[in-house]
Formats: sequence, C-alpha cells, structure tokens
Amino acid sequence: MATAASVPAPRGIIRRPTATTGWLSWFTTIDHKKIGLLYGFSAFAFFIIGGLEALLIRAQLAKPDNTLLNADQYNQIFTMHGLTMIFLFVMPMSAAFFNYMIPLMIGARDVAFPRLNAFSYWVFLLGGLFLYSSWFLGGAPNGGWFGYPPNSTTDPTIGMTFYALGLIITGLASSAGAINLAVTVVNMRAPGMTLFRMPVFVWMGLVVQFLLVFALPIITVALFEMLFDRRWGTHFFDPTAGGRPLLWQNLFWLFAHPEVYILILPAFGIISEILPVFSRKPLFGYQFVVFSGIAIGFIGFGVWAHHMFAVGLGPVANTAFGITTAIIAVPTGIKIFNWMGTMYGGDIHFDTPMLMAVGAVAMFVIGGLSGVTHAVVPSDYQQTDTYYVVAHFHYVLFGGAVFGLFGGVFYWWPKIFARQLDERWGKVQFWIMLIGFNLTFGPMHILGLGGMIRREYTYPASLGLTFWNQVSTVGAYLIALSTLVFVVNAVKTQRTAKGLANEDPWDARTLEWTTSCPPPVYNFEEIPVVHSIDEFWHRKYAEDKEGRLIRVPAGASDHAAADGHGGAIHLPTPSFWPLIAAVGLPTIAYGVLYSWWLVGAGALVTVIGFMGWAMEPPVAE
Amino acid sequence: MADTTAHAAPVEHTSTGLPSTKLAMWLFLASECLLFGALITTYVLYRGASTTGPYPSEIFDIRYTSVSSFVLLASSLTMVLSLTAAEKRDFARMRLWLVATALLGMTFVGGQVYEFTSFYHEGLSLTTNLFGTTFYVLTGFHGVHVTVGILMLLSLVGMSWAGRLPDDQAFPVEMVGLYWHFVDIVWIVIFTVVYLIPQAKPAG
Repeated sequence: MATAASVPAPRGIIRRPTATTGWLSWFTTIDHKKIGLLYGFSAFAFFIIGGLEALLIRAQLAKPDNTLLNADQYNQIFTMHGLTMIFLFVMPMSAAFFNYMIPLMIGARDVAFPRLNAFSYWVFLLGGLFLYSSWFLGGAPNGGWFGYPPNSTTDPTIGMTFYALGLIITGLASSAGAINLAVTVVNMRAPGMTLFRMPVFVWMGLVVQFLLVFALPIITVALFEMLFDRRWGTHFFDPTAGGRPLLWQNLFWLFAHPEVYILILPAFGIISEILPVFSRKPLFGYQFVVFSGIAIGFIGFGVWAHHMFAVGLGPVANTAFGITTAIIAVPTGIKIFNWMGTMYGGDIHFDTPMLMAVGAVAMFVIGGLSGVTHAVVPSDYQQTDTYYVVAHFHYVLFGGAVFGLFGGVFYWWPKIFARQLDERWGKVQFWIMLIGFNLTFGPMHILGLGGMIRREYTYPASLGLTFWNQVSTVGAYLIALSTLVFVVNAVKTQRTAKGLANEDPWDARTLEWTTSCPPPVYNFEEIPVVHSIDEFWHRKYAEDKEGRLIRVPAGASDHAAADGHGGAIHLPTPSFWPLIAAVGLPTIAYGVLYSWWLVGAGALVTVIGFMGWAMEPPVAE
Repeated sequence: MADTTAHAAPVEHTSTGLPSTKLAMWLFLASECLLFGALITTYVLYRGASTTGPYPSEIFDIRYTSVSSFVLLASSLTMVLSLTAAEKRDFARMRLWLVATALLGMTFVGGQVYEFTSFYHEGLSLTTNLFGTTFYVLTGFHGVHVTVGILMLLSLVGMSWAGRLPDDQAFPVEMVGLYWHFVDIVWIVIFTVVYLIPQAKPAG
C-alpha cells in the first residue's frame, strides 16, 4: 500500500475525491487531524447518550420500589450505559487524542496508513450505530457489558446478538486503528525522536495499541462463540451439552482486564503531559513513568481472574491472582508518586487543564485504594456484585479517565480550534463535576457494604438504602449539569472567542505546539529534528551560568510553519473506499440477523471496497 | 527539504528502516495468533467433553486430511517460488506461481468443504455435540482465512497482469506471502491438535 507510488492513474468507477473542505470532505478525509475530530465529536455524542442512560438509572433508583422503569428496561439501560461509556466513549475519545496528537508529537505528517485510519473511524461509528439500532429492532442488549452466559446465550430477546455482532465490529475498528497507530509510533518518528525522547502520552499510546492488538482477538473469539450459540444453536457455553459458561468468563476477562488499562492509560498519558506544563518542571522520573506504563501493560494480562474470585476457582488460583493484583498496584503507585514529585516545588498554575489532571490523580487514588481491597480475596467475597464494585470502577474510570480526558480537551482545545475555552466556566465545570462525582459514587461504597446488589432495578424501603441512593442521584444530576456547562462553554467559545493571541498559550513543552493553531494540513513544513525530551521547551529556554532559566531570543524558537507555504508537500489524497469497505461490515451483521442475502451483499461491498482501495494509489496523480 | 518530500517517495524513510506495511503485517499476524490461540484453547478445553456422539475417532479420515494438509503445505513452497521469481523481476513466472498457490489453496478449501459435507452426512453437525461445535468453528475459521488468502493471491495476479502493482512487485507478494505462510503454520497446529493427537471416547 505505502509503496504504490508509481502506478498509473486510476480508471475509476468512482471519481477520486480531492476536496479538502466542505461537508463531503468529512466523508472522504484521510487527514489524521480531521479523523481525530470525527472520533472526538462522535465519542462525545455517545458520552451524552450514555450519560442520559446513567440519569435514567439514577432516576429509577432515587426512591425505593420505584416503577419508573421495569426490570427489563432497566437491564437494557444499564447494559447500554456500560457498553456506550467503554466502547463508544472512552475508547474512541482516547483514539481521538491519539489520532490528532501522536503524529504532531513525534514530528510526522500523518499516521502510517491514512486510509486505514479513516476505515477504523467509519467502522467504529457504524458499529456504534448498529449497536444502537437494537433499540428499534426488538430490544437492546440486556445481559450486562460482561454478558455472562448462560443468561446471555439463552435470553429470548435479540439484544445480546446485537451485543456480540456490535462488539465484533467495534473491535475490528480498534484492532485496525491499533496496528496503524503502533506502526506510526514505531516507524514515523522525526529524526532524533528516539523512543526515550517521546512524550509520555505517545508512550502510553504505544502501550495501549499493543494491549488492543493482543487483547481484542480474545474477546472476538468469545463473541463469535456467543454469536454461534445464540444464532445457530452451538454449545460453547451450554452446560446441558457439556459446555462451560466459565470459559466465557475466562476469555472475557482475559480481554477485559487489559481493557481496563486500555481505558485508563490514555488519561495517564494526558496527565503526564499536563502536570509538567502547569508545574513548569520536567516530568519527575520520566523513565519510571514510561517503564511503569509498560509494566502495567504486561501485568495487566495476568490479573484477569480477580474478577472471578467468587466463582470458585479454588484457593490456589485465587491466591495467585490476589498476589498479581496487589503487584499491579506497584507500577500504578509509582506513577502517582512521580506525578506528585513533578508538582513538588513546582511553580503551579491552576488553570482548568491542571485542575482536571490533579482531580484525576486524586480520584484515581481513591479508586486505586478500593481496588487494593478487591485484591484481598476474603474481602472481595463480601464486595463482589455489590455497589462497592460500582463505586470502585467509577472512581478509576470516571475519576481517572473522564477527568483526564477533559483535562486533555481543555489543554489541547487552543491547539485544535485556535481558541481558548473560557477559564471561569471551565473551573465552574470542574468543581461541579468533582462535587457531583463524589456525591454520586462516594455513597456507593456505603451502599455496597450495606448490602446493595449491583444491577438490581429497585430495592425495598426496609433495607435502609434510600438516603444514600438519593444522594447518589443528586450527584448524578450535578455531573449532568457540569457537562451542560462544558457544552455551553464550548459553543460560546466557538461562536464568540477571538483567535489566539499566543499560539503557545500554556508555555508547553512538546512538539505539537511548534506548529500553528490549528496545524496546517501537512503539520510541519520541515520535519523537525529532535535533540531532547521536551524538545519545544529546550528550543524556548536555556539556562544561564547560575542555572536560571532564560528565554532564547525569538526567531531561534519561531514556529516552523508560521508562514505556511507547503504547496510542494504532496499528501495522500482523500478516498471513498475506506467508507465503502466499512459500510459492508454492519450490512453483514444485519444479514447474520435477518438474511443470508444481506450477508452476501455486505461481503461483496466490503470486498469491492478493499479492491478499490488496493487499486488506488495513495496520492492521486 | 521540499524537494525530498515533493513526491511520496518510493523508498520510505522510517525510524526502524523497515517498511511500515511489513511492521503492520507482523502486528496483524501477532494479533491473529491470539485469535487462533483462543479458538484452539476452546477446542482443547472441550476435548472429550461431548455428551453424545459421533466422536472424533469415529469420523476422522486421517489419510484424507493428511493429503489435503500436504496440499496446503505445498502451497507455501509455490508461494516462495513466486516471491523468488518476483525478486528476479520475472513477473510472468511470479504470476504463474501465484496462480499455482491459489489453486492449491482452492484444493484445500474444496477438500474441507467435501470433508464437512461427508461429516454432516455421517451425523455430525454444528449443533450435534460439543465436538461438532468446536470442530466446525475452529476449522471453519481457518478455512475462511485460507479463502481470504486466495482472494488476495488472485487480486495480486490480476493487478500484476493489469500493470497496477508498484514497480517493486516483490513487496506486495512478500506481504501476501507472510499471511499465507501464517495460515499454513496455523493449520499444522490445528491438524496436530485436532486430528493427530488421539482422543478417547469418554467412558460411559
């Protein structure tokens, strides 16, 4: 693909799109920045939908014996809430930042395979829409995001078939994206950008892509087995024929525990970028932060059975996985201490990105500590399937990942949109979100230890759970309010704010800030040559004889691409084929549900898409 | 600087010196290892777990499958011959060996279709028992992979014939070859685990 430069011009059925502006260009774009934006907007839309589902859950639980939702609706809503937030929000939102920032941070003009990048995005979006179409076609998935059989395989509604197919499709998108981004980081770095000069965000991105590459095929197999059981009556998880539901649990968690790190490491990367900038100090212990991230990636594959302590694996297995779980807390703790070391003695500026990053660290620590209590097997027996677990994973995934991602949004907004989000509204959002978050999930620790079971759609007043549930519901609506504040802030900023006075508003440290805001389509007029970690910082500042920072005279540090010619740089041409190939996949999935003819049609579309793609040169003549 | 970037350079300058496509292919194959690993694990876990027949020993024709396995392995040889021809820029011979590889692959898939059909007539369907479930899904997944490989081989032949491959035709042939050899190697594991390691009927 990448070397097909000298082939003749296409005798196309479809005329090659060339426009890089206008609404149509969004469907054919292969620019990593535009694709990053598409990922970001789509993921945020799913965040709103998943949030509305959460509000329904909290509304239902606001009082005992509530009848707002019945058990069946409740099952569908909490399942879709989990699936949405994990697969359609945090993963693609991380992909948005990786897509937009990794090429800029390593000094590349694009990702390694621009068309594959577009394909990944469209497959993700269509997979998400496929999953959501289940609401209108007989009911959404209702067996939890973990989909344990035999409940999930014997359920008579169509929902869990949508679950299996939808997650196979979005998994394919993530696999393709992961291979693309991993190759980009390994192979597309600017001269001098050695692995240990890469920003930590890029490092965490690399670890995440490897986790995806190795974890996704496992869940893909499990999902195919579930699909076969549900659709064609096989016996993978059918105990009456000798099948073992426990196989699903092992395969699922062997994927889903690395998945936890797939969700959190991007936020760790963002935090590791924000803290040094706003503490005006280099990251404390760069190598430790990088290696602990790698260690988390490896150990993350060896802890999965701690999700299964209560199923009766036996004392040896439980002890072994208890120990590995305690061990994985060590590299995570190293990161926390490095972040604190970064801030220690720093000249700290509490702008919104910094507030979000510090909030993420603090909230993640709380979630991490309750996680350690899960590593203790006898203690975990008491907590399994209670709200204590719900509290734990929301502290790590909302507290860690969502705060971290919002930090990234505020930090990189000027880079992407050449406007700065309003700081006052940003701080208002942060504090409402922090308070709302703790009101929502803090009480769940108490509820869980008080005996409230996960996933039950209502509870009797006699259990005494009412008060803390009400607190939790109030908190959830505060989170919704904080999100509303963000939306208003974003819209207002885009409507009214003027362009940036300073294209480096945070006095940042890494290469993406050497470009203009927003970066030109080719990113760098001249590919930068890198000499150190925090390259941009060292271009701006030097030390005098007493070790004090002095500003390098302007000009020596000027933006490489400020006067923007770049007409001589030939970028890959937009293409329809990734979208066409992607459309075939949900068509196949609908076919599996309804008709073999549709399967054939979808397969044909996909094959034609790939053929057209293969025949088409990356750069139109 | 602008001069060197004026055209998407035929020789990529990459950080590792390896072509990005090759790295991507290796990563994809690593991912595929986990895919087949999970499928094979499922099969092994359920060995001897069927509660009703037919059982493997009653149904396998080791001699037949050995021959079709040999056909598939032979296709790796023709694949290498094709790559060698491409490296010598003998593109006619390259296409010939590619077609031979595809034909051998089709023979294998055809043999698999015949095998599935005869097993079905002997009473083993996808839903008969756990053996049928795990056997058809594992070998079926592999068969689909071979079929995708055949499509890629034939596309290469067509594109080379129409003059639509890059000047260095050996590179795409090498990439498809990597995939093809991988699919062959996986079959060695599947053939050994599924057919060759004897499996007793469960007692009682």
